[in-house]
Formats: sequence, structure tokens, C-alpha cells
Amino acid sequence: MDFTLSKEQEMARTLFRDFAEKEVKPLAQEIDEEERFPTEALEKFRKYKFMGIPYPKEYGGAGCDMLTYEMCIEEMAKVCATTSTMLSAHTSLGTWPILKYGTPEQKAKYLPKLCTGEYLGAFALTEPNAGTDSSAQQTKAVLDGDHYVLNGNKIFITNAGYADTYIVFAMTDKSKGNHGISAFIVEKNFPGFSVGKKEKKMGIHGSSTCELIFENCIVPKENLLGQEGKGFVIAMTTLDGGRIGVAAQAVGIAEGALEETIKYVRERKQFGRPLSKFQNTQFEIADMMTKVKAAQLLLYRAAKAKETQKSCTQEAAMAKLYCASTAMDVTTRCVQLHGGYGYTREYPVERMMRDAKITEIYEGTSEVQKMVISKAALK
Amino acid sequence: MNIVVCIKQVPNTNEVKLDPKTGTLIREGVPSIINPDDKAGLEAALRLKDTNGAHVTVLSMGPPQAETALREALAMGADDAILVTDRAFGGADTWATAHTIAAALKTIPYDLIITGRQAIDGDTAQVGPQIAENLHIPNISYAEEIKVEGDYITVKRQFEDRYHIVKAKMPCLITALSELNEPRYMTPGGIFDAYREKKIKIVTRKDLDVKDGDIGLKGSPTRVIKTFTKSPKAAGTLVSNLDPQEAADYMLEKLQEKFII
Amino acid sequence: MKVVSKMDIQDYKGVYVFIQQVDHKVAGVSHELLGKARELAGKMETEVTAVLLGNNVSDLCKDLASYGADKIILVDNPALDLYSTKPYAYAMCKVIEKYKPAVVLYGATAIGRDLAPRVAARIRTGLTADCTKLDVAEDGTKNLQMTRPAFGGNIMATIICPDYRPQMATVRPGVMQKIKPLENASAPTDKFSVQIPESENDVQILNVVKKESHKMDIQDAKVLVSGGRGMGSPENFKLLQNLADALSGTVSSSRACVDAGWVEKDIQVGQTGKTVRPNLYLACGISGAIQHLAGMEESDVIMAINKDETAPIFEVADYGVVGDALKILPLLTENVKKAIADRK
Repeated sequence: MDFTLSKEQEMARTLFRDFAEKEVKPLAQEIDEEERFPTEALEKFRKYKFMGIPYPKEYGGAGCDMLTYEMCIEEMAKVCATTSTMLSAHTSLGTWPILKYGTPEQKAKYLPKLCTGEYLGAFALTEPNAGTDSSAQQTKAVLDGDHYVLNGNKIFITNAGYADTYIVFAMTDKSKGNHGISAFIVEKNFPGFSVGKKEKKMGIHGSSTCELIFENCIVPKENLLGQEGKGFVIAMTTLDGGRIGVAAQAVGIAEGALEETIKYVRERKQFGRPLSKFQNTQFEIADMMTKVKAAQLLLYRAAKAKETQKSCTQEAAMAKLYCASTAMDVTTRCVQLHGGYGYTREYPVERMMRDAKITEIYEGTSEVQKMVISKAALK
Repeated sequence: MNIVVCIKQVPNTNEVKLDPKTGTLIREGVPSIINPDDKAGLEAALRLKDTNGAHVTVLSMGPPQAETALREALAMGADDAILVTDRAFGGADTWATAHTIAAALKTIPYDLIITGRQAIDGDTAQVGPQIAENLHIPNISYAEEIKVEGDYITVKRQFEDRYHIVKAKMPCLITALSELNEPRYMTPGGIFDAYREKKIKIVTRKDLDVKDGDIGLKGSPTRVIKTFTKSPKAAGTLVSNLDPQEAADYMLEKLQEKFII
Repeated sequence: MKVVSKMDIQDYKGVYVFIQQVDHKVAGVSHELLGKARELAGKMETEVTAVLLGNNVSDLCKDLASYGADKIILVDNPALDLYSTKPYAYAMCKVIEKYKPAVVLYGATAIGRDLAPRVAARIRTGLTADCTKLDVAEDGTKNLQMTRPAFGGNIMATIICPDYRPQMATVRPGVMQKIKPLENASAPTDKFSVQIPESENDVQILNVVKKESHKMDIQDAKVLVSGGRGMGSPENFKLLQNLADALSGTVSSSRACVDAGWVEKDIQVGQTGKTVRPNLYLACGISGAIQHLAGMEESDVIMAINKDETAPIFEVADYGVVGDALKILPLLTENVKKAIADRK
């Protein structure tokens, strides 16, 4: 088993770290405080071709591997979780389903625009009454000649309002439950589509999280993704990838908080010596470092599985579960080591702790991950 | 237009620290980077490629590890890379380095050669002009702006208190300042292509028309006879816990003691 | 095989200084080098020769004697009106070929560091860049020992050029000391005529643009009030200017502020900026990266204000104050003004 990165992965990591430090980090606090979308980062992701890192060059992607992409999310999350969320939702959720399930025409039409970043992608599954229970979907799609008519609402949609295309799930046959769900590629300009209210959140403040409203929204028949009734499978396999992205984000947040804390405990003096000279600090750092590295290994293994295995559901669920809880645990302890300052916005660990919480919730809560993992284990 | 950019892989001297006990350099863990002036030169070449169309070759003389710097240049958008490497070239001073690089340049087509002003590890700023002398072409040092029109290049050349706007017919060599531009990042796809699809041409002693007495340590007129770290100055006094007014009073007192006022 | 092998180095004599003149004014560094050349020539038991290149510059010769030249070589040629690399290199090489100097020194200026390498490459001799110390070997060879910083100022290296002549160096401005001008000094001037081929003039100067600056060159200032990143913003440089005005000094800066676009590069002190040795160097909000220290640690008195008591600037400071420069500076300015007023 080889745990070393290839030379190209090493160089890509250096690039991501450098880019994150210089281009993303300087705006992280401002974006958080002003709760604004990271437009500057998006522009630069486009310019430097970060918008389709793991996808084939024939579609305008960078032709890198999945692990390289996850490292990108990780490095961005180290300095700004909001920015990593935008990129991850676009790449893993907004683009991947078209690559995997799209017709040649759909791929030709959408992938080059998504992979170059001309379009920003999004994914819309959750509804007010259908969170974990996706079979409770109330958005309906009815075929009417050459188009479908969609009606209903989606909530908590990342990149909403800024995205150009949305992968939208709707019931084409309510009686079949999950097997009656279908997926559609909805463009922001389709008649009857609009963006509703924006959520005010605990963390990832700059991420745009909104409601989507479909009022007799006209979606051309050729924008059905996969076949009717395949929506649930599409959603679940897409979420496998999305969960790895969230795991990468969680690892990044934890690493970022740890780096900040290591810096802090070396500088901060109490009782005449730096905090780093106290054994409690040393043990905390050792413990956190070990957890973060363990989380990172699970993450990288899942990234590899996503690329090489038919299904990576287990690996993705375990990575997300562990990385998210690590992020929450590590950021909480980092705030603690900062003492009173850690509770203020003077230091980034306060933001990181708020940002960490979402990783235990979105793209399947930690409890959902446990359901997924145990289902296979107890089969 | 064929542009050749000469780059050097250097330790990031900003991250070099001195061991406070021994006074020696701690080189361990210091990352290697493309020398900043050279990177600005590469960016200038890539911009000319974007605007005027050009074939950009990067060339580096150094140990085999310098390959990484060339891959990075490819990942930024250079078309070709050449590594001039041989034990026989080792220990070269600027004279022998320039002589060797010029010999390598003679084997490929070029209209414009760009080097950085100086490398952050050596800080000599000599290799660029000396390459030009070896090739018998004009050099324009300290370029702050570059424009190419037809066979001519116009450069804003920096001096301490002025600029010269100068024009020369290519082929010529210019040395670039890091102030010239903000170099672009690599792209992730560029990195993968640089490793998986592009080849680095290796040039060794036998490929060049040079004499043994003109390369490496043997060909170098200068010899380093001693290196040392500077001895630190005797410690001064440090005061803390003064309020601003007390601090200002203290400083005035010292200025007067030292007859500054 | 050495082309100029064991060239009869005994045939090469004298310490030569390239005199840099721009706009009919001799650069300060050239005077500094004449001073140093005198000292070296003493140890080598030889003479100091100034080499002056330009167009209609013969009237500049007089001063050179008072700064230490024993002899002057003047190349007066219309092709040398404005500095251009190849015509200057051509003329300089002709001088070296004819006169065979043992040592040639150049200022490490934008001109010197462009000209000298080209000359060294053509003559096939060694050149040591940006030296901060020059000495003569005491082992009987009388080789020139050239010491210079490397690795971003982290180490010093002493370099010799044992088998080739002339031994050439560019020398950092502000490091060597001028001699007190000798009164009524004079030196024989050898007008050396050089035919510069038209083909050497292959870079056309379209325009000369002077940088707008009315400030005193920081290398000439006796008092420097210097600001770093800790000043927080370009606006706060006014606080430095106020104190500098009160002390009849000049404002300088660390690299960070230049990179941030707060101030012009010409006031940057340090490895990639200028080397200064004023009577007083007052560092405000400058942490003191090694590259910065390299440019100012020779100052007579160093004072520093910094919030961080572990800042490396305090290691070279004669007087360090831990505190907020933004708060202290206005008070210190008032103190200074009052003290000066009282004295009058």
C-alpha cells in the first residue's frame, strides 16, 4: 500500500496551498462578516481552471484525479470553508451527475461550460418536508408534450442565485416513492423558475443557501437526466461524491484551526511562558494532530475508491462521518486553547468552529452516515 | 517568435533561518522555488505568447532536481523545457555558467531570451548580460515593461532615478525584474500535463561545443575561499511596559545622549 | 587549457575605478570607490586610476584627483553620451586591453551591474558582484579579497580571482568611505581615443524619463525614520514624515511596504533595496527580517519601536522600545520639536 502522493499531486497541493493563502485567505473574514458570496474566488477559480479538476479534458476539465480535487477542497477549506463549499457543490454535485448520467447531447451542451466555470452548478434535492427522507418529495414533474412542467419548492440549496444550472429532483410518479423520483437539468432562465429567500446560517456565511421555487416551470424533455424514475439512484450516487467533498472540507477546517492554534500557543504567554510549554497544550495538540491525520487517511481512501470502485458508498459515509466529527471536535478544542480570544472574531478559530458544524449536517447528517454504514455491516 | 526563458531553481531564502546557537544556515525543509525574477521573466514571455503568439521554451542549468522548476514552468504554460545538467558543469561561477548556458542556447532557435535580473541565492545579476555577450547579441537589463512589434522589442529599462525607453532588433536578451508583473499560477490540469504528457530535454556535456577549461569549476575565474555568517552586534537595551508618553520621553533622552539633536 | 593561462599576471598593475557619470554628475559611489582604491593601492604598492567615460566630460576630471585618483583615463566620445551597455563595454574593454589593470572596481548600480558582467565575459576574467568588503591578501599574492553577502544576506563569502586579470568587482553603494577631498590635488589625464563601431550601438534610446522624486536619496540621509508593515497603512507614513521633518531626516521603508504599494521602491532599505548607514536609523513597526537588517545594521545608532518584543529588529537595535509606533511617534515628534526650540 502506497501512502505517498505522486509528483503531480504534490505540485498540485503546493499550488492549492499557495493559491489559498494568497487569494482566498485574505477575504475569508470579510466574507464571513458581510455574509457575501465569494465572487472573487469564483473568478479566480475560473481563470486558473479549478472548476473541473477531476473531469476529462475532452469536456474542458483539467484531467486530474479525484484525490487531487479533494486536496483542492481541503486546502481551500483550511482558510475559508465558504469558498470550499461553493467549489465542492459545483464540482461534486452540480457537474458530476451530468458526466455520469447525461446523454451525449447533454454532456456536449453542459459539461464544457461547467468544467471551465462559465456556468456554476448546483444540486437541489432537499425540501421543507423531505430532508433525510427523500421519498417525501413534493415537487412534481408532469410531462406535457415536449417538456415537463415542474411545481414545488426546494430549500437549503447551495450556490442558489449564483448557479447557472441546477440538478433538480422531482416526482414523476408519486406512487412509486423513491423509485418515482426523476432528475432534471434546470437552467436558471427556464420560465417558472425563481430563487426564494436566503437562509441566515450559523456558519459558512458567504455560501449562498436559498430556497428554489418552481411555478409551472418549463423544462424541455431533453433535460431529463437519465430515465424517469432513476432520480433516487442519481441522487444517492451523486451524494457519495458530495460526501467525500464534505469530508475534505471537514479535514481542511480541522487542519486550518490546528495550524492557527499551533501558531497561537507558541506566541501566547501565560505565567511567563508560552502556552506551548504546558503539557495540557502539548497533549491536546498531539491528540488533535493524530485525529486529523487519521481523518485525512479515510478521506484519501474514499477519494481513491470513488475513482476506482463501482461503488464507494461505504467509504464515503465513513469518511464523512469521521472527518466531520473530527472537524467539530478539533475546532472546539482549538477555541478552548485560545481561551477568551478564541471566542472573539479577532481569531479565525471562532469562524472555523461555526463552519465545522455544517459538515455534520449537510449531504446527509452524521446519523444518516451511521445508517448507511451499519446497513452494509449488518446485511 | 521563439522565446527562451532561463530559469534557476533556488532555495526560498525568505525561509532560510540561522541557527541561533551555531550561527549556521538551516537549509533543511527550505522549499525550492523558481527564482522570483526568472518567474517574472517567464510571465512576460507567456504574456507575449498570449498577445503576439510565441513558442516559449524554458531552460535551466542545474542539478537533476531542477526538473521540478521546469515542470512548474510547463504547468504555467511554457511549451518546452530543457535541463542543462552534468557533473562537469558543477561549481561554475557566473562566467562559466553563462558560457555553458550560451552554448546550450546556440543549439536551439531563439528570437528573444529572457533571464531574471538576479537569483535570490547568489544575487549576482551577472549571468544574463554574460549570456548575451557570449551570444554576441544586445542585452537590455532591468526590464519593467516589454513590447514586441515585428522584429523589434521596446523595453522600459529601469535605473535608480530614471527609465530609458529603448528599442532593439531581435535577437536580444532582456533581464526581467520581479516588479515587471505578477506571475500567473499554474493550473491543476497544466501540472498533470507537465508530468504526464511533456518531456524535458536533457542536455549534457557531450551535447555542447565547449572546452573543458571553460566550464564548471575549472572554467571559473573566481574562487570562494571562505564563507561565514555575520557576527551579531552587541545587544542593546530593550524597554517595555512604558506608556506612549514615557516611551517618547525615553527616546528623546537617548537622542540627546547620542547628540542626534 | 586556459586561454589566458597563467597570464602574466605580473604585467597587470594598478587599481582602476570605473567612474560613473550621469547627466554630467559623478555618482557618489565612484568617489567612495576612489577612497577604497587608495587604501587597496597602498597595500598593493601601486596607483589609483580613474576611468571616466562619457561625452564632453573632461571638466569632471578635476574632482577625481581630490577624491584620490593618481591618474585619470578619459574616454570622451559622442557614442558614450547616454549610458548604453555595448558602447560602454566596448570602450571599457579597450581601456583594459591597453592599460592592463590588476583591479577594476565598479559601483554596484544599475549601470555598473550591467556593464561589468559584459566586460568580464568579453575579457574572460572573474567578477564578484555587490561586494561589501575589499581587502588585499597578505600571503604574498596580493590578490584582491572580495567579500559579499549571499543567500539573501544570510551568509558572507570571500572570493578571489587568482589566475585571471583584471580582478573585478562591483561594490555596493554606501558601504565604502569617501576620503576627505584633498585640496589642490591634481592628476595627469590620459585622453584615450576609442573608435566605437556603429554596430555596437544596436540598442536605440527612444526616451529618458526621470522618476519624479524630490526627496533626498536615503543613502545620503543622516537620519532615517523608517516604517514597516506595522505602520498599518500608507496614510500613517505621515507620522514618520513629521518626525523626519523635525529631525531634518528622511523617510525610508522596509520591503513589505513597497510590495504593498504603500511607498516607492527608491526608499526601500535592505537586501533588495538600498544599504544605508545614517547616524540614526529609527525603525518603526519593522520586524527586522534578515534581508532588512542587511541594509541598515551598519547604522551608527539604531532605535526601534515594535509591538512584538520578540521582533528580530531588537537584536540589532541599540535602543528598543516595545510599544505602538502609531501612538509613540506623534509624542516623540512633539518632544523633538520642543527640545530643538528650547535649544535655540
